[in-house]
Amino acid sequence: MDHTHDHGHDHTHGHDHGHDHGHDHHHHDHDHQVVPDDIALRVKALESVLVEKEMVDAAALDEIVDAFENRIGPRNGAQVVARAWVDPGFRERLLADGTSAIGEFGYLGGQGEHMKVVANTSKVHNLLVCTLCSCYPWPTLGLPPVWYKSAAYRARAVIEPREVLREFGLEVPEDVEVRVWDSTAEIRYLVLPERPAGTEDMSEEELATLVTRDSMVGVATVAPPSGDGS
Amino acid sequence: MNSIHDMGGMDGFGPIVREENEPVFHHRWEGRVYALTRLVKPWGRGRDWPGFRFVLESIPPADYLRMSYYERWFHMTATRLLVSGLVTGTEFEAGRADPGAGKPDLLPAAKGSLGFGLLDHDVPARFSDNEAVRARNLNPRGHNRLPRYVRGRLGTVAEDYGVYALQDSDEHGRLPLDTPQHVYSVRFEARELWGDRAGSRDAMYVDLWEDYLEPAR
Repeated sequence: MDHTHDHGHDHTHGHDHGHDHGHDHHHHDHDHQVVPDDIALRVKALESVLVEKEMVDAAALDEIVDAFENRIGPRNGAQVVARAWVDPGFRERLLADGTSAIGEFGYLGGQGEHMKVVANTSKVHNLLVCTLCSCYPWPTLGLPPVWYKSAAYRARAVIEPREVLREFGLEVPEDVEVRVWDSTAEIRYLVLPERPAGTEDMSEEELATLVTRDSMVGVATVAPPSGDGS
Repeated sequence: MNSIHDMGGMDGFGPIVREENEPVFHHRWEGRVYALTRLVKPWGRGRDWPGFRFVLESIPPADYLRMSYYERWFHMTATRLLVSGLVTGTEFEAGRADPGAGKPDLLPAAKGSLGFGLLDHDVPARFSDNEAVRARNLNPRGHNRLPRYVRGRLGTVAEDYGVYALQDSDEHGRLPLDTPQHVYSVRFEARELWGDRAGSRDAMYVDLWEDYLEPAR
C-alpha cells in the first residue's frame, strides 16, 4: 500500500495498541489491524520515540541497514566455498569444525556463532530449512530471501524435499540421498556445493564468482562457467 | 507452544514464490525494524521482556500467516517495549517521548540467566553417537524447539554439538527454563516421519536438546 501522508511526529492513529499488557494475556487486545496498513508510519513513530529517549542512535540504525544491504551477504559464503574447493586442508577443517574454519575469514557473529558445514557429494544432497522460525547463517549468507521465510518453503522442505528441489529446477537422482537439515537449535548450517566440472584452471577468486546463495542453501547446484552451454 | 509457526510438513501453502534480484529489504521500514530490533535488545535486560520467539509464536495463526516477516518483527519489538514499560502506548501513538517520563537506564542482566550460545559447562552427555533415541511427546504452553513432526519418532544421534542453555520459556514467555544440557543432531529416516510419501533413502537432521529425547527402548 502506498501512503503519502505527512510523516510528521504529531500524526496520530487511532488503533488501540496495547494499553493492557497483563502477564496472562498480552498484545492481542487490538482485535483488528494486527497488520496496520500504515506500518511505515508506525515504525517511524517508534524509531522517533526511541531516538528521543536516547535508547537507540539513528546512526547505529543506518549502520546496521547499510551493513546488510551492502557488505554482509552470500559473497562471504562464496569465498568460504571457493577456498574449500582449492585447498583440501581447509576443506577438511571446514567440515570438521565449521565455526573455526569460517572464523579464519572473520565471518562469525550474530546467527553464525556456531556453524556446521555439510558437503554435497555424488551420493548426498543437503538442503537447509528452519521450520519453526527462519534461522539462517547471517554472517555467511546475509539475511534470508522471502521464499526461505515463506510458509510454503518451511512447510514443504521437510515432507517433500525432492518436489521442492524440482520447483527450483533441480532433479536429484533417486540413488542420491537427500538430507534436510532443520536448524531448530543454535547451530547454523551452510551447504558446501560440489565444484562444477570444467573449472580446473580457475583461481579461487574466479571460482567464488560462480557460487550462488541458492547453492549454499542446497536448492541449487553450482553451474559451470557461463558459455559452457550446459 | 503448538501453533502455526511449527509448520513443518503441512500441505496447502502452494508453490514457493521466488523473486529475481530480490532486495535485502523491500521497504525502508523493514530495514529500520530489523535494526531497531537488534538495538533495543540490551534494554530488555533486567526488565519484563518476553522472549523473541515466544512473542512471534503467540501471534494468532490467521494473523501470523497474513503478516510478512518484518511485520511480525515489528509487532514483536513493539510488544516487548510496551510490556516492559520502556515505551508507553501514548508515546507509541504520538511518535514522541513523553517529556515527563524521563530517560530509561540500561540495567544489568538478571542473575542466573545463562543466555545464548555454546557453554563451557562440564555436563555429562546422556546419549552417545549412533545411539537410538526417541523424541519425547512434549506439548508445553511456552516456547520450545521440538517440532511436532518429530515428537514420538525414532531417530539416531548423529553428533553431539556440546552444551547449550535450553531456550524454552514458561507459558508467559518469561523465566527461561535454561538448564545447560547437550544438544544433539538427530537423524530421522524420512519414512519414519512421513511414511511412504517420503523417499526411502532420504533423512531429516533435527537439532534437539537432551530434555527433548529419551532412550529408544
